[in-house]
Amino acid sequence: MNSVILRTGTVYLRPLLLIFSVFLLLGGHNQPGGGFTGGLVAGLAFVLEALAFGLDQARRTLRVHPLTLVGCGLLLSAMSAFFSTLLGKPFMTGTWWVWHVPGWGELAVGTPFFFDLGVYFDVLGVTCLIIFSLLNAGEAEGKT
Amino acid sequence: MMHLLPVYPVAGLILWAAVSITLHRYPLAQMAVTALALLSAWAVSLILLYTATFSGPIVLLVGNWPAPFGITFVADRLSGLMTVTALTVSLCVWLYAAFSTAREATGQGFYPAMLAMIGGVCGAFLTGDLFNLYVWFEVLLMGSFVLIALGGGRKQLEGALKYVSVNLVSSALFLAGAGILYGALGTLNMADLAVKMHLQGMPMLSSAVAALFLCAFGIKAALFPFFFWLPAAYHTPPAAVNALFGALMTKVGVVAMIRVFTLIFNHETEVTHTLLLILAGVTIAVGALGAYGQWEIRRIFSFSIIGQIGYIIMGLALNTPLALAGALFFMIHNMIVKTALLLTGGIAGKLMGTEDIRRCGGLYVGRPLLAYAYLLCALSLAGVPPLSGFFGKLALIRAGFDAGAWAVTAVAVAASFLSLGYGMKVWMYAFWGPLPAGIPDTAPGMRSPSVESSARGMIWAVAALIGLMLLLSVGAGPLMRFCLATAEGLLDPREYLQAVLGQGGGALK
Repeated sequence: MNSVILRTGTVYLRPLLLIFSVFLLLGGHNQPGGGFTGGLVAGLAFVLEALAFGLDQARRTLRVHPLTLVGCGLLLSAMSAFFSTLLGKPFMTGTWWVWHVPGWGELAVGTPFFFDLGVYFDVLGVTCLIIFSLLNAGEAEGKT
Repeated sequence: MMHLLPVYPVAGLILWAAVSITLHRYPLAQMAVTALALLSAWAVSLILLYTATFSGPIVLLVGNWPAPFGITFVADRLSGLMTVTALTVSLCVWLYAAFSTAREATGQGFYPAMLAMIGGVCGAFLTGDLFNLYVWFEVLLMGSFVLIALGGGRKQLEGALKYVSVNLVSSALFLAGAGILYGALGTLNMADLAVKMHLQGMPMLSSAVAALFLCAFGIKAALFPFFFWLPAAYHTPPAAVNALFGALMTKVGVVAMIRVFTLIFNHETEVTHTLLLILAGVTIAVGALGAYGQWEIRRIFSFSIIGQIGYIIMGLALNTPLALAGALFFMIHNMIVKTALLLTGGIAGKLMGTEDIRRCGGLYVGRPLLAYAYLLCALSLAGVPPLSGFFGKLALIRAGFDAGAWAVTAVAVAASFLSLGYGMKVWMYAFWGPLPAGIPDTAPGMRSPSVESSARGMIWAVAALIGLMLLLSVGAGPLMRFCLATAEGLLDPREYLQAVLGQGGGALK
């Protein structure tokens, strides 16, 4: 697709989408959002890139193979679920660390966050995998 | 430490699946990781079975939430036995897949999908929560969708499409049933459901919900009116995938059915169990007749899976300790022998270039080992006395006579002869009979070296399965005693309830 509007729009939308996806990811613990929606929105940024600048450009921007992203995400989620067993607590018990950040207050980071982060990468990877494959098939069809 | 173990064959395998996805560029590393994962999960499942047998069910409260509220994993005798069998068979299938030539089964996605699917299967066996059971069904389906579509020729995708759509319907029914139960009784924990069902019951609704579960699990298990998707989908993917499905997928539906119908819906048995008995009889007949009418090796044994599901459900429907024990024994025997037969079919098909037995012949001449392997499995499947299939069928038929269920028992006996018939049909055509004119010979040295060496390797997987089958035949006595104890635990689930709910479980009876 060759459109100046889409390309210019993408340049501005891409960082916004990525920042918004992180916002959704972090807010998801107590508010609507979470790893799934965050991952979808982040995936959108790369889909938009692929539509505006072509598949190769999007693959370069993503840097890693989407399957690697899926694997790492799943690994992160699974490890965060197993973490509590190392402390002798049942599987998937939430473990939290609280830091006092000067001038801001308490910052709590726990295994549920890492679980969500894993989901985020999973969804991002799967979205990219599906859309890239479809675009690839579409391009191949367009050429013949 | 012990109470952490039930989660390993489930989440551990999924963790290893993740590792193997990240290794998608290195097929050999994927293969090694899969072996490591399966072996470790297998060892853990043995510990689970041992502990569940000698010191009662092991209960894991996920996230440290107490029983009726959080998700529980319960390793009792039934789930331990099934997990051990499933992982043993999976290891043999791994061996087969490791030797099959590169492009056939071991694309990038094969090993991760296999691990995820087996993880889901173990989850479905081990979970003590109805909604969680639904989740594990979805996990294993996700893995199986990948496996069934891998490689994707047109015919294979057609089978995959039927498989996917039918399973979606089944999941919807399951979800509806779970929703109604939750609405009526306010809990999804199976032990809690059992207690609440016993104390307050669900007048009118109970049978309706039981029917929903019957349909949902019946579709997964390929029970009579719902079996049509199985022969369409099972024989198209590579033999390794086919064997994995044949051994695990339908059995998950059966085990879920056994769990639900012995624990929760065990009050209005004259409605539900009679229906189950009729369906079991028809399933046995349809499966055996269908298998007899087919000509491709793996199609024959796909139909035969359906018939054998009927035997297991017959045991569940008769609802006596002997019948349930027979069903469990039969299921274990069937998982092993059917896998061996499907793998043998895969090897024969690879050697002959076709699985249509009318175009095969003379495999006995160059391949006596393969031929004897097939013969042993086919005889065991039919239930010829010294072999393992006999003992399960004997218990089932005996239980049928005891219960006075003459019709279904007669069907079961007649279908045994039919299964001997189709087993021998394959033997006569593909192994013993002469090669039809114009078909190339398969004697060693007549094929390309890669097919030769991979066939030589793959036969080890079949040999391992046959070893297990012989072990089952020799150790039939102890195993049957174990199955009887398991069946008694299923029919009187106080131990299970107490393990999950603490003292509250004692309220029953």
